[in-house]
Amino acid sequence: MDFFEQLIQQLINGISLGSIYALIALGYTMVYGIIKLINFAHGDIYMVGAYVGFYAVTMTKMSIIPALIISMVVTGLLGILVEKIAYKPLRKAPRISLLITAIGVSFFLEYTSMYFVSPTPRTFPNVIDSLSLNIGSFVINGQQLLIFIITVILMVLLTYIVQKTKMGKAMRAVSFDTETAQLMGINADRVISFTFGIGSALAAAGGVLVGVYYNSIDPLMGIMPGLKAFVAAVLGGIGSIPGAMTGGIVLGVIEALVSGFISSTFRDAAAFAILILVLLFKPSGIFGKNTNEKV
Amino acid sequence: MELLKTDGVSKVFGGLKAVSNFDIEINEGELIGLIGPNGAGKTTAFNLLTGVYQPTTGTIDFAGKSLVGLKPYQITSRGIARTFQNIRLFSELTVLDNVKIAYDSHAKYSLVESVLRLGRYFKEEDEITKKSLELLKIFKLEDKAYEVAKNLPYGAQRRLEIARALATKPKLLLLDEPAAGMNPQETQELMEMIRWIRKEFGLSILLIEHDMSLVMGICERIYVLEYGCIIASGTPEEIQKNPEVIKAYLGGEV
Repeated sequence: MDFFEQLIQQLINGISLGSIYALIALGYTMVYGIIKLINFAHGDIYMVGAYVGFYAVTMTKMSIIPALIISMVVTGLLGILVEKIAYKPLRKAPRISLLITAIGVSFFLEYTSMYFVSPTPRTFPNVIDSLSLNIGSFVINGQQLLIFIITVILMVLLTYIVQKTKMGKAMRAVSFDTETAQLMGINADRVISFTFGIGSALAAAGGVLVGVYYNSIDPLMGIMPGLKAFVAAVLGGIGSIPGAMTGGIVLGVIEALVSGFISSTFRDAAAFAILILVLLFKPSGIFGKNTNEKV
Repeated sequence: MELLKTDGVSKVFGGLKAVSNFDIEINEGELIGLIGPNGAGKTTAFNLLTGVYQPTTGTIDFAGKSLVGLKPYQITSRGIARTFQNIRLFSELTVLDNVKIAYDSHAKYSLVESVLRLGRYFKEEDEITKKSLELLKIFKLEDKAYEVAKNLPYGAQRRLEIARALATKPKLLLLDEPAAGMNPQETQELMEMIRWIRKEFGLSILLIEHDMSLVMGICERIYVLEYGCIIASGTPEEIQKNPEVIKAYLGGEV
């Protein structure tokens, strides 16, 4: 396989991985856009989604699509519950209190999961026939195809909800100015809960797809993808939905290229090097806007 | 018929009484002014009426029901809308979307209906768009419907804010310094517009304003607030002659 062919293959792998980062990053960016909170428990919501999908497949023998939907619904409800119990009471508290609470929620989800499902990694059943698409010397396997298709569908659906529905318009209004939005008849609490629900459901989809792709899940699986999805959100411009999508794909591609052409051990370092570079040279990210703060 | 009545309303921040014994009555269809020096508590009073702040003491009744304890969106759905002293549009959204967001509080379709694109979604969305465009036409903004709100000139932003407030279908409209930053001609046009809005939409209006020519020109009754207390109320003629008011504004002995 010559350099060009290897490059294309790594791009395919990168887009596949990046799609998952994008799904998780959307939750970060939407929640930040609405209540200016970096929800560091989001990676663990993704982990719970993977487990719900796993049990849906193994215990009820259902196919991947119903399992994915069940996982998204259950995890979406978990996201709403976390917001109601942990974040809502602190909405007027200093930002640092929310951040510390988010880290606390993260540990709570990780170790509660360990208690109930044991720390042992589980093997995700093979739910897709080992079909693969061969285009010349490039290979797109069944898992990658599934990831592409599901991610595109979910992103189109999210864009439609945000742009075309009254809840989407309410989300945009609340993200601009919560107080004014309420004075226009918008129930901000409901909008915030909905945002957590949607973000968590998308992360759950990412969790199930990772299970399908890597065939392995464990209670601490959310830590690194959670942090990388945060990097993706910052790269794209935190608070921007197109930014999260783009940031996820870009990060996935960079990781795949680093793995393929330099060394897979350097992959994680590359992701965080990007975070440092973005914060140094373009803190607002690709799609973010520079904002002046009056002092 | 009485629309709004406040009784013994006060608001304390820490040890500071921002509003004290704020008692007003507004009848259906009335156009009332609320005036007072800077820092008198006028905007705080608006924030109390719209649920942004909860009163420390006192009652606020609207259309015979208490508003105390309700959230701002619930008060809006009861029929109170407001504009702001400093324009607070959704600046990154289009002019049309700013108005549609306010109309959306009356839309009945669910998220599932909108995602599945069922009949009611299209019917209601078309209706909201149509009504929003009609409202923009009234305020001479229809040609700017698809422009981003922040790109509008100042006067147009003021008009959009009033249009957006009207889209919530209020019974009582609270206008917080609508003439701020306007030149005399724009102020005159605004005065006509406020009169027309009241007549056309059948509203009561409570108006905070520093421009005395505007207040005296359109208000039927005026309340005067100083240091959070109502010090006088009456017709424009009575207020102009009231020694307490003269003292509050000019600061001297009468």
